[in-house]
Amino acid sequence: MIEQIVFYFFGGILLLSAAMVVSMRNPIHAALSLVLSFFASAAIWLLLQAEFLAIALILVYVGAVMVLFLFIVMMLDINLVALRAGFARFLPAGITIAVLLVASMGLVVGADYFASDTYMAMPTVAAEYSNTKALGLTLYTEYLYQFEIAGAILLVAIIAAISLSINKTKINKTKNPEDQVFVKKQDRLRIIKMQPESSTRHKEPKA
Amino acid sequence: MLNKIKNYISSLFLWELLKGLRLTGRYMFKRKITVQYPEEKTPQSHRFRGLHALRRYPNGEERCIACKLCEAVCPAVAITIESEGRDDGSRRTTKYDIDLTKCIFCGFCEESCPVDSIVETRIFEYHGEQRGDLLMTKSRLLEIGDLYEKQVAEDRAKDALYR
Amino acid sequence: MLETIYQFISQNVLLPLTMFVMPTDYQTEAMTVLQTIVKIVAILVPVLITVAYFTYAERKVIGFIQGRIGPNRVGFFGFSLWGLGQPIADAVKLIVKEIVIPTGSNRSLFVIAPILSLAPSLAAWAVIPFDDTKVLADINAGLLYVLALTSLAVYGVIIAGWASNSKYAFLGAMRSAAQIVAYEIAMGFALVGVLVAAGSLNLGDIVNAQAGSVVHWFWLPLFPLFVIYFISGLAETNRAPFDVAEGESEIVAGFHVEYSGMAFSVFFMAEYANMILIAILCALMFCGGWLSPFQGIPVFSYLFAWVPPLFWLLAKTSFFMLLFLWCRATFPRYRYDQIMRLGWKVFIPITIVWLVVVSVLVVMNTPPWF
Repeated sequence: MIEQIVFYFFGGILLLSAAMVVSMRNPIHAALSLVLSFFASAAIWLLLQAEFLAIALILVYVGAVMVLFLFIVMMLDINLVALRAGFARFLPAGITIAVLLVASMGLVVGADYFASDTYMAMPTVAAEYSNTKALGLTLYTEYLYQFEIAGAILLVAIIAAISLSINKTKINKTKNPEDQVFVKKQDRLRIIKMQPESSTRHKEPKA
Repeated sequence: MLNKIKNYISSLFLWELLKGLRLTGRYMFKRKITVQYPEEKTPQSHRFRGLHALRRYPNGEERCIACKLCEAVCPAVAITIESEGRDDGSRRTTKYDIDLTKCIFCGFCEESCPVDSIVETRIFEYHGEQRGDLLMTKSRLLEIGDLYEKQVAEDRAKDALYR
Repeated sequence: MLETIYQFISQNVLLPLTMFVMPTDYQTEAMTVLQTIVKIVAILVPVLITVAYFTYAERKVIGFIQGRIGPNRVGFFGFSLWGLGQPIADAVKLIVKEIVIPTGSNRSLFVIAPILSLAPSLAAWAVIPFDDTKVLADINAGLLYVLALTSLAVYGVIIAGWASNSKYAFLGAMRSAAQIVAYEIAMGFALVGVLVAAGSLNLGDIVNAQAGSVVHWFWLPLFPLFVIYFISGLAETNRAPFDVAEGESEIVAGFHVEYSGMAFSVFFMAEYANMILIAILCALMFCGGWLSPFQGIPVFSYLFAWVPPLFWLLAKTSFFMLLFLWCRATFPRYRYDQIMRLGWKVFIPITIVWLVVVSVLVVMNTPPWF
């Protein structure tokens, strides 16, 4: 009972926000709707007792990826009028593509394959059952190679991105704050003991 | 090299930050120096420059002779003076306004006054609730002078040595 | 005592309420919902009162450190009581003030932003255990849940900054976004260290894994992670010395320049609720939570056996809360590039190295911790 209410509530939010992502004129609003749809889908995953995936979705996509997305979108100076120009011109092509997509999805995600009676009911698991542990065990035993390869690919991508963006001709002069902090008086200042210079060189002007 | 390792270790253990925290932590228990204003007040110098006043001679004659030196010297142009000859032939002010919203309390008017008429008293707790409240007219200045003449005279006497 | 009050309410108020109002089919569900609501109130009301008095404590502590005495006038019934009435006076003032919505701002987002910043910091309290048994939601992924919710706090800041349609607010939002993303990674790694050490994501289990004595607590084996977690917590809550999102000397007040009245005060409450949350998490994950510091010491453990566990948890939390204020009164604000450098180039490498160390310790079953 409660589960069904929760499911339809979040399902409705998910559909609505997903529609808003593509229909909103302001890209910021679209991005925020995307955040909302991530949220709703995380809630639905929670209903399926996939708590690790649900929280990982929020943590990774909502907490980090979408923040950077918003960061970029907010920085852009987007001309809404220019974006909307040609909407009518491309409408027929767009509608054709949309119909094709819906039709192909209907063929694949139809009742033949994804009807509820082709699936087992959700197994009820004990309260101590930890999704995280199960996932970890599977990832690090059965799918270890795949996991490691995925990690290596991501690492390569990070290194590639850094090496592309790094500025090889170092024109900006930076200081290392670590060195600055530990600078002592002796490193910068030399105190010399010396005889006072003779007063013949600087003669006081006569009054 | 050894120094560098020492620096690394001390930065890893946040040594400098802990030193800073210790200093502020010590100050947390030091004596507090806040003056609890309406109940406690800081001692005032006799040279304090507060609200203005116009003084009179002991016989009741106002001192101001409308020489307008204060008006001329006032850097904030806060003083407006109009004068007229009186029936006994002496020159007196008909209008002596100080706009306190302009005044910067520099004390030049007091310095410039040849007859010690315009003075700055020690009063600093005053306020205005309406627009004109901070425009001190001649009558109000004289009133303040009459009220605080004793203290004003004492302060002038104390400072006379240095003038 | 808390249990008896709870039992009393649930027997004498909730049970009759459900009996009379709900149809018989749904009575147990309705009872669960009502009981949960009572528990939520029992957690959130003290939290919000603490938030109010935390602002007072901040002014008092920083005042003391600066040689002042802080607020001491507003009291109750004509007694000044060291200014204890100050938070209430502030709250009344802020409620009465007008909420100005700037023209050219994005109205709906402008209103929703403060709510978005307060809600996650309150929602995170659902998984905080106050005792072996006292916890609202005893879920397996408690640690992850807390991490996910603390990462959501940035949305309030970003949306506020953008919706205000003000340059200063926008600059503050941008600074905050980059900063929080940077420090979240270090924070997450610190939590992974705790997870590895405790072998569980449940906060209650994490505390119980530290049982033994003061040296069994995780602050010792996870010392670098502990320090990094606390400092990242400072950064995550936009507190001094990482308060560049506000930076009143550079960008006026950062993301909340345009906010006034209660809308501003909700941001304020969110900041303080977040600080209390970070403090209690530090206490739970690194300082043994509700475990007595005298545990394992022959004589003292009996002498202090009567002290309720909740007291120890609150005492440890208060210490970390004090540390937040103490840091604010001590350290000058970081320059922005230094914040980024600290987050990416110092904290993340250290946490990764220490994760390896902790894993080795755990695998070798190093006494006395694992």
